[in-house]
Amino acid sequence: MSERHISSDYDRALEELRQKILQMGGLVEEHLTEAMKALVQRDVALAKSLMHQDHPVNRLEMEVDDRAMRLLALRQPAARDLRFITMSLKISTDLERIGDQCVSIALRALELQAEPPLKPYIDLPRMALLAQTMVKESLDAFVAHDVVLAQRVLERDEEVDQLNDQHFRELLTFMIEDPRTIGRAMRLMFVAKSLERIADHATNIAEEVIFMVKGEDIRHGKAMPEGKG
Amino acid sequence: MSPITGRGGVRARKIFGRFAEGLCTGTTVLTVGALAYLLGGIAAGGWRTITWDFLTKAPENGMTEGGIFPAIFGTISLTVLMILMALPLGVSAAIYLNEYAGHGLVSRIIRAAVNNLAGVPSIVFGLFGLGFFILFVGRGIDRAFGLGLLFGQPAMLWAAATLAILVLPVIIVATEEALLAVPASQREAAYAVGATKWEVLRKIVLPQARSGILTGAILGVARGAGETAPLLFTGCAYFLPHLPVVQIPHTPVWVINPFDQFMQLSYHVFIMSTQSHNPTEVRPIVFGTALVLVSLTFLMNLGAILWRRRYRRLLEEARV
Amino acid sequence: MIPLDVRSKIEIKGLSYWYGNHQALREVTISLPEKRVTAIIGPSGCGKSTLIKSINRIGEVAGEIRIEGEVRVDGESVYGEEVDLVDLRRRVGMVFQKPNPFPQTIYRNVAFGPRLHGVADKRTLDEIVERSLRDAAMWEEVKDRLQDSAYGLSGGQQQRLCIARALAVDPEIILMDEPCSALDPTGTARIEETVAKLKDRYTVIIVTHNMQQAARVSDFTAFMLTGSLVEYNPTERVFRNPENPMTEDYITGRFG
Repeated sequence: MSERHISSDYDRALEELRQKILQMGGLVEEHLTEAMKALVQRDVALAKSLMHQDHPVNRLEMEVDDRAMRLLALRQPAARDLRFITMSLKISTDLERIGDQCVSIALRALELQAEPPLKPYIDLPRMALLAQTMVKESLDAFVAHDVVLAQRVLERDEEVDQLNDQHFRELLTFMIEDPRTIGRAMRLMFVAKSLERIADHATNIAEEVIFMVKGEDIRHGKAMPEGKG
Repeated sequence: MSPITGRGGVRARKIFGRFAEGLCTGTTVLTVGALAYLLGGIAAGGWRTITWDFLTKAPENGMTEGGIFPAIFGTISLTVLMILMALPLGVSAAIYLNEYAGHGLVSRIIRAAVNNLAGVPSIVFGLFGLGFFILFVGRGIDRAFGLGLLFGQPAMLWAAATLAILVLPVIIVATEEALLAVPASQREAAYAVGATKWEVLRKIVLPQARSGILTGAILGVARGAGETAPLLFTGCAYFLPHLPVVQIPHTPVWVINPFDQFMQLSYHVFIMSTQSHNPTEVRPIVFGTALVLVSLTFLMNLGAILWRRRYRRLLEEARV
Repeated sequence: MIPLDVRSKIEIKGLSYWYGNHQALREVTISLPEKRVTAIIGPSGCGKSTLIKSINRIGEVAGEIRIEGEVRVDGESVYGEEVDLVDLRRRVGMVFQKPNPFPQTIYRNVAFGPRLHGVADKRTLDEIVERSLRDAAMWEEVKDRLQDSAYGLSGGQQQRLCIARALAVDPEIILMDEPCSALDPTGTARIEETVAKLKDRYTVIIVTHNMQQAARVSDFTAFMLTGSLVEYNPTERVFRNPENPMTEDYITGRFG
């Protein structure tokens, strides 16, 4: 398989699209780190500054959509180009949602500031690390067209779900013992929910990467054979 | 069931096809056979006469002995002169008709004239040659320049001119075909880089029409070499003691003298077979002369065909 | 119509064009931009070929034509009394539907135009031939066989040779009349890539019945129907969100 199209403009346009996705990915990874830092270190100023941190990501989503539309309209892409462009549209949506979730986490961090910490942060940072790894690995798989790596991301989701359950049960005990902790516990559960959602989006990205590379749609637990229907 | 399947009569269609094919083959065989019989007859009657002497010496003893070299020489010179006149004239006329003339009344009249020229009987050409070239043009020039009787008499020049007019339609038609065969896309390409009409013609169209024009020349030669009637009054003689050549003064170069009279093969055959004093004695010579004439025409054609082949090949390996 | 910051090279106003009794163009008004690629699309018989042929007046070679309205290049009418057709056609080059190289060597094909216009010096001709072949993306392929017959080239190469031949006389405008119709997809892609590079220096107008090609290759697109101009906009606009419903119908294959 040769790498380059006869039209160099086409190659350039596809590369620019790819770069935009990676840019979004980089920003989003950073935002997650910052949001967790604001939470764990109880940094009010940082949390406040993260309120609108998703604006650049939203803008990039629009740019990705616009470029993809342009490519579809003007280039009539086929085969792997078509899969790349359509999956870019989906991946950008997932990344934008991740950005939204990061803002949510920052918001919760701000809210949790008002009261003393309920318990030491153990599970949440572990979930966050997993989610971060999943996002990073799914984007690495995107760049490298690495199906094996994407598959690993899918497997990690299991772990995140388990941590989430564990965290939920722990907080449940807190809330039952002492109703005054309900406010803080709920907010912590929201954070866990956000992290769990981030992991889901990373999973989506991994599935989209697999489709992009192999043409197999493995969503919803079933592999759809390509070219039928 | 579809209206096509199950129709009978396929056998009849095939039989008819084979019958038609047989008819075509048969008529071709007939034609080729007739030609073979004709040529065979001439060859049979004349081959014994063909000797080196026959081809290289002048007639002797009242045409009963010697050779027919002067007639051979005359035929070739006449044909060459004819083509030298007819080709430029015919090609120019064809270029005019095809490229410059419109489609109006004038061009249609010209075309009709050319077509009708092809139908004029050759004896009429002979009279035309005498009346127009010799008496009118020739004597006119003599009178105008006070030359006595130089141009105004039968000569190879006028015989060639007469024959040139006779073969003109052949050349015009063949050239026009050749010009039309050059694709419009070639002309467009030349115009599109800024060529004038004449440049398009000279650099693109004419070179590509070369082989067709040569075909015209071949056909002209074939037609003209064998004509007798136009030569009757315009310069042909039964016997001349000298060849129609002249030496350029102060040089060792001999050239054809177009003002001279000449002998010619077909004319020779005509006179010898109708007016000779010894019909039986000269019969083998008649056949021999006819054989030489046919062979000569054939050779001239062959030469031109080979020459044309060179251009065809260049063009064909060109077109993919 | 076209953005204000782009200069107009060819102005056509109210152009109507007749071949004999047949009217091929109906009052077409359009402004074609300099150093861009403009595509003209539309179904067969819509007049797109006639439109570009009216610019270099090559339609007149085949027969009598009649026009009303005006066609101006750099502000000057091409149908004026004093217009020199030879010079016009040097400045406005053309590439035709079917590749039509002359039955000569590659070198002589490209050198034909310059020779016509008076270039005789061998070295200058060599330079022109090389430059033109490079611009047509052909130099590397044929530099060692310039004396071979042009007919030994493939269809796509012959077409690029025709482009080189047109470029050799240093035109300002290049008209292309469905240049890829006779080529296979690879040949087509090479021509399109060449066109994309040409627009740095030349104004390119390309007629195509393949609208995907127009989408790939052009900056502006004009859509024509039965001799009239229906829409003229930047290409991205035409293919994402056309102004005129007829354009959209044509582009989406709802008729045509």
